Amino acid sequence: MSAVPLLKVNDVSKFYGSRIGCRNVSFDLFSGEVLAIVGESGSGKTTLLSCLSTRLMPTSGIVEYHMRDGQYRDLARMGEAERRFLMRTDWGFVHQNPADGLRMTVSAGANVGERLMAVGDRHYGNIRVAASDWLERVEIGIDRIDDQPRAFSGGMRQRLQIARNLVTSPRLVFMDEPTGGLDVSVQARLLDLVRGLVHDLGLAAIIVTHDLAVARLLSHRIMVMKDGAVIEQGLTDRVLDDPREPYTQLLVSSILQV
Amino acid sequence: MNDLATYNFAYLDEQTKRMIRRAILKAIAIPGYQVPFASREMPMPYGWGTGGVQVTASILGPKDVLKVIDQGADDTTNAVSIRAFFQKVADVAVTTKTKEATIIQTRHRIPEEGLREGQTLVYQVPIPEPLRFLEPRETETRKMHALEEYGLMHVKLYEDIARNGHIATTYAYPVKVEGRYVMDPSPTPKFDNPKMHMSEALQLFGAGREKRIYAVPPYTEVVSLDFDDHPFEVQKFDKPCALCGAENVYLDEVVLDDKGGRMFVCSDTDHCEDRRDCGHAGHMLARQEAAE
Repeated sequence: MSAVPLLKVNDVSKFYGSRIGCRNVSFDLFSGEVLAIVGESGSGKTTLLSCLSTRLMPTSGIVEYHMRDGQYRDLARMGEAERRFLMRTDWGFVHQNPADGLRMTVSAGANVGERLMAVGDRHYGNIRVAASDWLERVEIGIDRIDDQPRAFSGGMRQRLQIARNLVTSPRLVFMDEPTGGLDVSVQARLLDLVRGLVHDLGLAAIIVTHDLAVARLLSHRIMVMKDGAVIEQGLTDRVLDDPREPYTQLLVSSILQV
Repeated sequence: MNDLATYNFAYLDEQTKRMIRRAILKAIAIPGYQVPFASREMPMPYGWGTGGVQVTASILGPKDVLKVIDQGADDTTNAVSIRAFFQKVADVAVTTKTKEATIIQTRHRIPEEGLREGQTLVYQVPIPEPLRFLEPRETETRKMHALEEYGLMHVKLYEDIARNGHIATTYAYPVKVEGRYVMDPSPTPKFDNPKMHMSEALQLFGAGREKRIYAVPPYTEVVSLDFDDHPFEVQKFDKPCALCGAENVYLDEVVLDDKGGRMFVCSDTDHCEDRRDCGHAGHMLARQEAAE
């Protein structure tokens, strides 16, 4: 981990009219660090993620990103072209529903290759090689490269979505409930895969989840949200083993034991 | 007084023409950019060239000579009816000769004979948006054009190669105009794409249903998109035209009987007739004469 934060979040709030989405959230994220945002439905997790990933404009507060040239840039002040370029090169966004993040009518290979073509790769052979390589890394058979994601199972779609996001070697990946809607054995494989990739590539990631087990497995640090505000944050093991806030204690004790 | 309805010259009223001319001027100023315009109802159904007809009506003057082609032919339904329409509402001279025409309205072909300065080619366009089948949202495609995000266009070509081993798009083949906008050249065969590059004639595109006008001014760079290892190529035909013997022209397949008999003839009828008048003959024509 480097000494300068990759993402600096300072006092971010988002209001929907008089309703609160999230308020006064501040934190720093360092490269190679995985941060989990947990909390119950409606606690503002997804709103916060949208504000960080420029899908929503925060009502107040500043989100700054450490660009590859070493400069910090205020995301809200970036031009749209630059922001979209950043989103499809240096960032990734993994949606809960793979259909939102994939092009369902083009083949798996083209899904993975799209970002490469978007940044100007014009050599079919090279794109094909990169796509096969990535499918292999996310454990999708090479013989499925020309199949459309419609023909894939939920777990495969999610893995394809991850490959599509990682092909440009991003430094920061946002994940919104990446394991939502998957059964437990598929979840376990996906988590294993994501953990491996994050470790190998040195990615920073912000993962929104309501599943504390996901947070435990993947993240280094955890933020607990309630009613739009961060009520507790710290190292994952510390927060989950020794929760201080009553709400966090309630959350941790609500995990079903099998 | 007679009871017959009377029309303004070239059917459209002057205010409408003015509006369309402004759209055309803007389109010429920004080559390849789709300019929205207030497309009018025309006395023909959508899909029959309402966009092209409106463009032609707006630029037509009494001294113009009009040629209308449909798939290269001057004598098919769409061409005949549009030609008759302008004869009736504008009383302009019409021709089938490419070199005599000042305005050529076309459905899906560019004449074989090279166009020259002063001529205008008007295309009838069904779907002006090249990104449409990959990105259904118009707000998104307009943003992609604005920000020059054309990676998606190559996704389409990638899919072609992945499925067929080569770029199988044969018509409506996407082009990049003057290094900026990606444009759909209307459903012309890709055979005609190279003719658009540095064309001496002005090329105007009208899409009536989609309410868009775009243009390629004379001497503009028009480059077909491709991959480095799968370069753009035009179709090649094994045999020359069966009637005029022309090579390196676009041919139509004509079924002759129910026993598998077929012939390949020039799609551009005027070009074919010209060549035959000059004494060129293909193998079918020679046989016909021998039979007589």
